[in-house]
Amino acid sequence: MKRSLLLVTAALLCSATLPAADQLRATGDLGVVVERADGSLLLIETSNNRSLERIEGLGDLSHATAVFSRDQRYAYLFGRDGGLTRIDLLTAQITHRVMQAGNSIGGAISQDGRLVAVSNYEPGGVRIFDAESLELVADLPADYGAATPSKVVGLVDAPGNRLVFSLWDGGEIWIADLSGDPKKPKITKFKGIGKNPYDALITPDGRYYIAGLFGEDGLALLDLWQPQLGVRRILPDYGRGEQALPVYKMPHLEGWAIAGEYAFIPAVGHHQVLVVNTRDWSEAGRIEVAGQPVFVIASPDGRRVWVNFAFPDNDQIAILDTLTQQQVATLKPGKGVLHIEFEPRGEEVWVSVRDEDQLQVYDTATLERRATLPALKPSGIFLTARAHRIGL
Amino acid sequence: MTFKHTGSGTVYLVGAGGATQRMNLFRFTTSLTALLLVAGSALAQPLPERQQALRHLLLHDCGSCHGLSLRGGLGPPLRPEDLEGKSANFLAVVIYQGRPGTAMPPWHPFLSEAEARWLADLIKEGIR
Repeated sequence: MKRSLLLVTAALLCSATLPAADQLRATGDLGVVVERADGSLLLIETSNNRSLERIEGLGDLSHATAVFSRDQRYAYLFGRDGGLTRIDLLTAQITHRVMQAGNSIGGAISQDGRLVAVSNYEPGGVRIFDAESLELVADLPADYGAATPSKVVGLVDAPGNRLVFSLWDGGEIWIADLSGDPKKPKITKFKGIGKNPYDALITPDGRYYIAGLFGEDGLALLDLWQPQLGVRRILPDYGRGEQALPVYKMPHLEGWAIAGEYAFIPAVGHHQVLVVNTRDWSEAGRIEVAGQPVFVIASPDGRRVWVNFAFPDNDQIAILDTLTQQQVATLKPGKGVLHIEFEPRGEEVWVSVRDEDQLQVYDTATLERRATLPALKPSGIFLTARAHRIGL
Repeated sequence: MTFKHTGSGTVYLVGAGGATQRMNLFRFTTSLTALLLVAGSALAQPLPERQQALRHLLLHDCGSCHGLSLRGGLGPPLRPEDLEGKSANFLAVVIYQGRPGTAMPPWHPFLSEAEARWLADLIKEGIR
């Protein structure tokens, strides 16, 4: 009698402090999709290829991007209008939201997960916030000697609790070291790295930071293991002597496509994907494609690279084989293919198709479409697996 | 008198007498502006369906550099208050021909001159 009462009490206590097992859930198969025209975010789940919730009231989300807390519970959304929002994926609620600038382009979370940084166009620079409270920790105006600070692009986190970013107007790369007092980051500046860096990436090991240049040929490479060696130009000749084609959308360099010793990156002003030998950063080939590549993204196993395109070729995806360096398939998901995100182990891939108001999920082996979900003018797709990857 | 584009920022002005001059776009923006001014007033409005497509282009494709609400991005903001002092004719030339030496591409493969002018008027007025 006494014993059974104890059991009942224990059961009651448990039910009062813990939700029932079927109400518990993890966030490792969740993600968010930016619905840019409506200022909303769609919460998605990759295990069942479904959407769970819509989170509204997030402002101007053109070009919005997201990063995740290290526990994969919170998404940090960087809006175009300067809005920085922290969203709880378990409750689908906004926990914190600040308007931190007039015009922003992206953000990053520090290696230790304690700081969130935003790169801004207006006012040009980087602002760093506490990841829990979104209180301002440091403000880094991108002054480069002109009357107004530079727009900042290509902001990534790097090992050593560092941030690395590029100055579009200033043609500089800066490292902000947050390992000491994050209120006073130690800044290292690399000047004259090239004209108009438009975006940048960091290799998955966090060693190399590479900025694409819009204003001239080639890319700027910084070895973060040996920053004292400075920034050097790679692929200086890829566009030389050829008439550059007009670019109707800037390529993105996020999502480093690497397979074996080769890396795959979008050419600018040329309808080509460039193949780079990562041992010596020499050009190893060019793959002709249908239009100006925007995203060039390798599947997690590195076997294939998926490419989408700028207007007016943004209705298709080219799939390249990284062994043969040949295009092996073309998909036509519909007009306005804006983003491609592989599931963490690569068996499926999510595609946002703006003008169809759809998310499409493809089987990466058969290229068959497995699911079609309604979404409002979807753009960026961000899965929580990014939480544990350097530079994403 | 009319002008032909070559896709490289060079404009060929074809005079009434048939003489062709090779000109740099920006040195001769004024003369081009005058041309479009004449052309612009006489050009017909795009049909409603086409207007819809042009608005879509403006928001989503121009928007990829200038921002979805035209508040600016890598490209400058294009709200009416940002465009004071720039005529619709000038803007129409920029849309149609692009700005060589900058990231602004020419949109003439996708637009007529009249449509460029219609878009220029639209952003001068404001999209909302």
